[in-house]
Amino acid sequence: MDSVIESLPKLWDGFTTTLFLAVVSGVLSLVVGTVLAAFRVSPLRSLRIIGATIVEIGRNTPLTLVFVFFVFILPTTGYILPLGRVPAVIALTVYTSAFVCEAVRSGINSVGVGQAEAARAIGLGTVQTLSLVVIPQALRTVVPPLINVLIALTKNTSVAAGFAVVELTATGRSLARDFPTDVLWMLGGVAFFYLVITIPAGTIAGAIERRVVFSR
Amino acid sequence: MNDASTTDEPIVDHEPTPRDQLGGPLVVLDGVNKYFGELHVLQDIDLTVHRGEVLVVIGPSGSGKSTLCRAINRLETISSGQISIDGVPLPEEGKALARLRSDVGMVFQSFNLFAHKTVLENVTLGPLKVRGMKSAAAKQEAMDLLDRVGVANQAQKMPAQLSGGQQQRVAIARALAMNPKVMLFDEPTSALDPEMINEVLDVMVGLAKEGMTMVVVTHEMGFARKAAHRVVFMDAGRIVEEAEPEVFFTAPTSDRAKDFLSKILTH
Repeated sequence: MDSVIESLPKLWDGFTTTLFLAVVSGVLSLVVGTVLAAFRVSPLRSLRIIGATIVEIGRNTPLTLVFVFFVFILPTTGYILPLGRVPAVIALTVYTSAFVCEAVRSGINSVGVGQAEAARAIGLGTVQTLSLVVIPQALRTVVPPLINVLIALTKNTSVAAGFAVVELTATGRSLARDFPTDVLWMLGGVAFFYLVITIPAGTIAGAIERRVVFSR
Repeated sequence: MNDASTTDEPIVDHEPTPRDQLGGPLVVLDGVNKYFGELHVLQDIDLTVHRGEVLVVIGPSGSGKSTLCRAINRLETISSGQISIDGVPLPEEGKALARLRSDVGMVFQSFNLFAHKTVLENVTLGPLKVRGMKSAAAKQEAMDLLDRVGVANQAQKMPAQLSGGQQQRVAIARALAMNPKVMLFDEPTSALDPEMINEVLDVMVGLAKEGMTMVVVTHEMGFARKAAHRVVFMDAGRIVEEAEPEVFFTAPTSDRAKDFLSKILTH
């Protein structure tokens, strides 16, 4: 127990790194995923194909492979990324965007086609129809699955531990080496810090859900 | 059927713009064909709607009347032929089409009010985002329109809190807020409870009397008699018969129209 308290500064550093990865990749994934979803429901066939291709690659590739690509493969082609957080954020974003896209797309599809028709009938363009009418209504159904995606993302940041990023899991591993008799306590501390991110995420989600809800 | 209840009413206020005072062509359909796969839903449709004219489109379900109505603002694409509005052929996609649609009001069978916006916001959305109107002016105009259709006191409610008849009147106000050149009504009373039909029809009759150009897909013969200049009868994707309402309802010439009218009138 004392060893955990002694290690708190290190755990805190790991925690902030994990939080950084989760928040930055989360925000980027929400933006990229929403754009991809717009591609996938676009009236233009070429955009739909581009969107579908990116999504299928992103969500059908194991996250570790995505990391391997950005950390080891891409540099061999000449695009050298700084080691550490940058490739981790990119890999997490590529992977998570695909899931965000599918959650948003299912939300868009849950909005009746009549809503989009009415929007187009008063002269709104495709982008306005989506941003003013369809997406605000899609949010209602999209928030719960999106939170699942973001919680999964938070846990997925631990893959970065294998790629030279000292986040929570990597910190836990090294602390377990330093205090072999207190491994359980150390891992408990690591788990606690993950919960510090994921539990508020769930609570915030509930609050957002209550705000965007309205009766049809 | 609900239709019969309004049919026998005495014809009052029958004073739409006299036929000979109608303006030039506003909506022109020229050789329009549409296929849904193998199904030929619109067959060689030639139709001209003049400025100020109220045209009622009637016909059995599946006759293509809704498709015709929706093709006029390109909610349905057509396979061949041409549709033009105020001399401008319908653009394919993009900004030009959106601009043209903003001049064509549409009222749907299922209202389609924006479910996440208040009644007032439903009406102001187009003027604000399409016309770029100032918020205060848009609100003022919207309130005037809501007042005109008799739902001004519901302005702050959400659509789901309103009755069907009220929702449809809001939908009419929403379309009017764009100052459309022509209004399309796609079975505007078919989803309504019988006691709410008249409140919507009254608003439509009022519009007709003010000289609005209207294309109305409906079975409401009371409305056709009160307000329409012309009735078009469609069957199996074709225009089978066109006549003034009184002539059409009392002395239809085609067998299909006679058969159809006998079915809806005997109820």
